[in-house]
Amino acid sequence: MSTSRSARHTVPGAADQPEPIKAIPLRHPIRNIVAIILILIVAAFIWDAATNRPTYDWPAVGKYLFDQRVSAAALVTIELTVLAMVGAIVLGTLIAVMRLSPNPVLKGVAWVYLWIFRGTPVYVQLVFWGLLATIYKTISVGVPFTEPWAVWTTQDAISVFWLAVVGLALNEAAYMAEIVRAGILSVDPGQTEASTALGMSWVQSMVRIILPQSMRVIIPPTGNEVISMLKTTSLVTAVPLSTDLYTRTRDISAETFNPIPLLIVASIWYLFFTSIMMTGQFFLERRFARGTRFVDVGPGTPAAETASVPTVSTATPAAHPNKGDGS
Amino acid sequence: MSDSPASARPMVIADRVVKSFGSHTVLKDISLTVNRGEVVCVIGPSGSGKSTFLRCINHLEKLDGGRIIVDDELIGYRERGDKIYELKPKEAAEQRKDIGMVFQRFNLFPHLTVLENIIEAPTQVKRQSKDAATTRALELLARVGLAEKAKAYPASLSGGQQQRVAIARALAMDPKLMLFDEPTSALDPELVGEVLDVMKQLAKDGMTMIVVTHEMGFAREVADSLVFMDGGVVVESGDPREVLAHPQHDRTKAFLSKVL
Repeated sequence: MSTSRSARHTVPGAADQPEPIKAIPLRHPIRNIVAIILILIVAAFIWDAATNRPTYDWPAVGKYLFDQRVSAAALVTIELTVLAMVGAIVLGTLIAVMRLSPNPVLKGVAWVYLWIFRGTPVYVQLVFWGLLATIYKTISVGVPFTEPWAVWTTQDAISVFWLAVVGLALNEAAYMAEIVRAGILSVDPGQTEASTALGMSWVQSMVRIILPQSMRVIIPPTGNEVISMLKTTSLVTAVPLSTDLYTRTRDISAETFNPIPLLIVASIWYLFFTSIMMTGQFFLERRFARGTRFVDVGPGTPAAETASVPTVSTATPAAHPNKGDGS
Repeated sequence: MSDSPASARPMVIADRVVKSFGSHTVLKDISLTVNRGEVVCVIGPSGSGKSTFLRCINHLEKLDGGRIIVDDELIGYRERGDKIYELKPKEAAEQRKDIGMVFQRFNLFPHLTVLENIIEAPTQVKRQSKDAATTRALELLARVGLAEKAKAYPASLSGGQQQRVAIARALAMDPKLMLFDEPTSALDPELVGEVLDVMKQLAKDGMTMIVVTHEMGFAREVADSLVFMDGGVVVESGDPREVLAHPQHDRTKAFLSKVL
């Protein structure tokens, strides 16, 4: 087919290529002026913050940034985030699958869960979890209406830290459930059909075929949720847990009567963690983009396509020897 | 399979099959017998129930009436005395693994390479070792002319190549019956031939096949029997050359006059 082009046009050979366009680029004066004004405003703000505003108290920021109490609190915040997210992803996936189940009871329970945990503020929920020991004084294991096998006081059984983890996880699970459900629904139904037709069980096709493909849709909003969770941990003071990053810096500033530098310290730590998470998300997204067009194309090239076709070729290369002379 | 009168027993018996979606009855009364090694082509206007019938054979759709028997096994149900019990999902899956299916839209797994697509079911469902499954998969890929594409992802293949991989994927389960649901309808015209050639070879090798298709040339050349469906019933069936050349029913005549 490569000769068809030269047959249509009178171009004699490939050496004579069409001339590239040499146009004068369009100017954007307004764009440039706006940019300059913005740079000036930002520079003025930074200059002012660095020199004119003693209440920022930059020496104190430097002093407390790596204070041992602060870094220990930062670790607690990370622990809360990771544990709550893991719990939320597991529970959220379960609820998503329940909502997609044909069983009306499972569907209904999942819907009510979503309704309650998405419909009330996380702060209120955390206060409730803090009052768990007041509502349920003991936890007992056994068969109902018989002597329990074991009894604990709620206060001894669950620490404030774990109450905070549970509170955050149960709230987040409602949001994760919707994200996972959207991911599952985004996968072409033909995929379920193909795996079912191959004799795969529902669990096999879910785990091996559907969920890996839904990851492409699930990961970006989940990254958002992780970052959001990191910041939501600052509400655990409602439980009340006081060892997390925000509560700890606030407690320190209550002693020093100097809140602003400690707010900056907490913000720097939150930004640091968020930056790490964004990097992680980038690599995860790349991993689950396998098989999408233009990503990791195998060794076969389009040029090899025609060679691999087993059909009898009807091409007759000698049939048009005069085409080049058509002009 | 090793019984001597094997060839005498039909591979597929569909007996008065009925299927409805809500109040819409798609299959009204379909009866059809396919012998071992036979190729049956099913043609008909869209909406005539051809695909639905195919999907009933491997129980992707539940029957509302009648019965389908594949290789002496009742599909989707178990008979005990005069009662019929629905099969557990696991038992239905067990029946499906012996029935290969090829879809109009290929339905390859896009997150897996060509090779991984083919060995997925043998390793997961049949618990074959990865080495054994890979050896077999490469054999099948060579058979469909795509040996060098083992490591490619489906998105980098042409439609015809994807459909040939889909055929290899179905064959990897060593099915006793292959169902083709309009395998060339989503392909560019110049890619139809390569898929039909693979199917012709498969027919020559003695595979029992039911093919829903619009390729009259393929039906004429390869099919042992041609079935014309319209409005949820089999209007006419018989030798493909005979049906195509001398249709008996007005509906068949009207349909063929449009497609030939």
